[in-house]
Amino acid sequence: MNAKERLVLVGNGMAGMRTLEELLAIAPDKFDITVFGAEPHGNYNRILLSPVLAGEKSIDQIMINDLNWYAEKGIRLYAGQEVTRINRARRQIHATDGTIAPYDRLLLATGSNPFILPIPGNDLPGVIGFRDIKDVETMLAAAQTGKHAVIIGGGLLGLEAANGLMKQGMQVTVVHVLDTLMERQLDPVAADMLRASLEERGLRFLMGANTAAVLGEERVRAVRFKDGLEIPADLVVMAVGIRPNIELAKQAGIYCERGVVVNDTMQSYDPRVYAVGECVQHRGQCYGLVAPLWEQAKVCANHLARYGIGRYQGSVTSTKLKVTGIDLFSAGDFNGGPGCEEIVLRDPARGVYKKLVVKENRVQGAVLYGDTVDGTWYFQLLREGTDIGAFRETVLFGHAHMADSGRDGFSVMTMTDDAEICGCNGVCKGAIVKAIAEKKLFTVDEVRAHTKASASCGSCTGLVEQILAATVGTFDKTPKEKALCQCTEHSHDQVRKTIREQRLTSLRAVFDFMEWKTPDGCHSCRPAINYYLISTWPDEAQDDQQSRFVNERVHANIQKDGTYSVVPRMWGGLTNPKELRAIADVADKFKIPTVKVTGGQRIDLLGVKKEDLPKVWADLNAAGMVSGHAYGKSLRTVKTCVGSDWCRFGTQDSTGLGVKLEKMTWGSWTPHKFKMAVSGCPRNCAEATIKDFGVVCVESGYEIHVGGNGGIKIRGTDLLCKCATEEEVKEYCCAFMQIYREEGRYLERTAPWIERVGLSYVKARIVEDEENRKALYARFLDSQKYAQIDPWAERASGRVDAHEFQPLRQVG
Amino acid sequence: MYDWHEIGALDDIPRLGSRVVNTPHGDVAIFRTADDQVFALRDRCPHKGGPLSQGIVHGHRITCPLHNWVLELESGQAVAPDVGCATRYPTRLEDGRLWLGLNNVVSLPSASREAA
Repeated sequence: MNAKERLVLVGNGMAGMRTLEELLAIAPDKFDITVFGAEPHGNYNRILLSPVLAGEKSIDQIMINDLNWYAEKGIRLYAGQEVTRINRARRQIHATDGTIAPYDRLLLATGSNPFILPIPGNDLPGVIGFRDIKDVETMLAAAQTGKHAVIIGGGLLGLEAANGLMKQGMQVTVVHVLDTLMERQLDPVAADMLRASLEERGLRFLMGANTAAVLGEERVRAVRFKDGLEIPADLVVMAVGIRPNIELAKQAGIYCERGVVVNDTMQSYDPRVYAVGECVQHRGQCYGLVAPLWEQAKVCANHLARYGIGRYQGSVTSTKLKVTGIDLFSAGDFNGGPGCEEIVLRDPARGVYKKLVVKENRVQGAVLYGDTVDGTWYFQLLREGTDIGAFRETVLFGHAHMADSGRDGFSVMTMTDDAEICGCNGVCKGAIVKAIAEKKLFTVDEVRAHTKASASCGSCTGLVEQILAATVGTFDKTPKEKALCQCTEHSHDQVRKTIREQRLTSLRAVFDFMEWKTPDGCHSCRPAINYYLISTWPDEAQDDQQSRFVNERVHANIQKDGTYSVVPRMWGGLTNPKELRAIADVADKFKIPTVKVTGGQRIDLLGVKKEDLPKVWADLNAAGMVSGHAYGKSLRTVKTCVGSDWCRFGTQDSTGLGVKLEKMTWGSWTPHKFKMAVSGCPRNCAEATIKDFGVVCVESGYEIHVGGNGGIKIRGTDLLCKCATEEEVKEYCCAFMQIYREEGRYLERTAPWIERVGLSYVKARIVEDEENRKALYARFLDSQKYAQIDPWAERASGRVDAHEFQPLRQVG
Repeated sequence: MYDWHEIGALDDIPRLGSRVVNTPHGDVAIFRTADDQVFALRDRCPHKGGPLSQGIVHGHRITCPLHNWVLELESGQAVAPDVGCATRYPTRLEDGRLWLGLNNVVSLPSASREAA
């Protein structure tokens, strides 16, 4: 006798197997499990049958668990075995081949059957439903030989089948008994937009058509309608709805209505018999979508494991149509009724339609067509019954509109006190409101100083502004031009302009001339002014080491424990055995704890003691390597792919061009870090379109992309222009870097800089104005004369800044 | 009471710069301001232990390189709204030579706070 309890699952589909997976996760050894499945496969994702039919996925890709999985988990699987009878008195089930399996718990997950219209000819070969792999195989076979397909039913499943068969080359007619498609998910407006779009793709529709008979002798030949019309058909797919498959349960005397009736713990009227999925009727409701199955599976598994917590209380469902290129979303009650209002946005030119049905400021339902990005958000508002009163006027513009810029000051009102505002520093809304109230704060800077909210990456600044506005009332958030820091009234642009016009070449001159309020500035303004000085007067201004952040002063990256990281330059990401040996030797010699490959195609040595830095550099220099400036507001890396040298797709020598660009631009100081990449073809393996300056090689030349950023806020590049030769690319590269160097504000990446000045401005200055471009190019090259000195070699020699790397004294 | 240790010359430290002295109390950061005054603080930011000697000196203040906390060099106190304190040590400048005073009871850093 087996010590474990015996669980038998009838139905090897998604609901049943999900329940088992949930069960195995929480109580892996509780049951001895047997599974019966009518289909001869493992378990697959039924909702992906449509992409399989459309040729976008293969059967293999939609398998969830193959036969091995069952063996591994010790589950007995009878695939291709139908269960014919349940003997509840003896607690046994009987299968077609005579197998008898005893159970302590029985789980029914028999799913549903497609509803086949009771019309003459409905049993002819070539008339099928759309339910399983076999149906898909039948359809694919029919598409090989036949020409005409008729889909009866213009619902979700019918349209997905129609789309798939059309992609397989058949002429498809969709027959629908009503005047609008997908009436259970769409309102008439969205349904019409959908129909128009599908007609454009080549589907034909017969609306308001009543099917009378399927005609044919050996196999289906045509479909006839009540009005006498006949259309040819080599394949007829009935997609008029599903019926819970309850034959087995009924036969065993388990109480059924439309489905197997279950309570909130997924138990049928026989407490040893559980049921989940489409065969179930719960609180009068049957479900044909996947989300409710997951919820049911979780609850059921929990009760099978005897945890005894969790109730299934029914689901609100949402729908997406799986037809590539058509974005459609629907949820809840989208038709409304007494007391409901509709908020509608309709833009025929863009093919966008959004409708929310709202009752007493709570979302009841949503229909989205063309732009479904916010489907999940609306669905969340719907499920949680959120009061949208505070942001009702902008709700249709979407969640991003509210959270991102947040200029309208609504969304924060609805956030709870424990909602996290600043992810970097873990600051919740409640903490911010408390600080504003208790410390009487009035500016974002003050909130930042007191709470650290928005003090790190700054992406939540908009939200912080909103909270401030909501807490202290409206405030003037745009003083004329923002002061550089608290040491002055002047802005970044004013400081730079004065440096240029007055020919100021030292920090002291700037402090004096511009009447700084502090004797020698602060950690914010000094690095900025130093940058403006050396970028404006590269040959005259003295680079002030004490006004540089430590990383740029010691030419390595400070780490949290006070050690440093060292990244030698690898031109275009190329290295060789000699360099690698030198790196390995250095790591051994100085006991460097971590060696890591960076995202910029170089090698990072982490955990170097400060006093070791000059010795590490000397060894790296000896192998021919120089500083990678991984620590600076400067040119970082030029990432490349292998290009035409090796790659079968490469169109140009991307690696070689990358090396040339890096050799030309290394050592240059910029307002913020500056990253480049060169990809050898539009597959873009070097990810050039999220770099400050990216080159994408094509057969006919080089596309120049600018202003990308892969950091906190991702921004794809803008296409600046196309170049024919490498020489031209180099000229554009320098010109772009130089205009950014001259006009970008300190600590402003190219991405926000371009958004501030506009791409058309950049184009006007360096694409359309050739003279200016050449002048910028010349100025860049000129300033490089003073910049391309390896800072590591200087310091390794012991002649520069030696004091930085040695303690002053040892005492005691 | 202090033990006074000669640690070098004023010009060993760059203006608006800092050097480190290794002591039994741990590392001590010696700062030189623009007006040639010299201050000493334990080389650990009260926030997350960042090495203050690596920060930027401005006025009579130091900004920690890790998270931009600002501390008063004279008292070691963090500038509001941050709250915290780095142990300070007395310094003397005589005939161009720098002297650092260390509490002669070598113990936990908290003991040397009384000296301040």
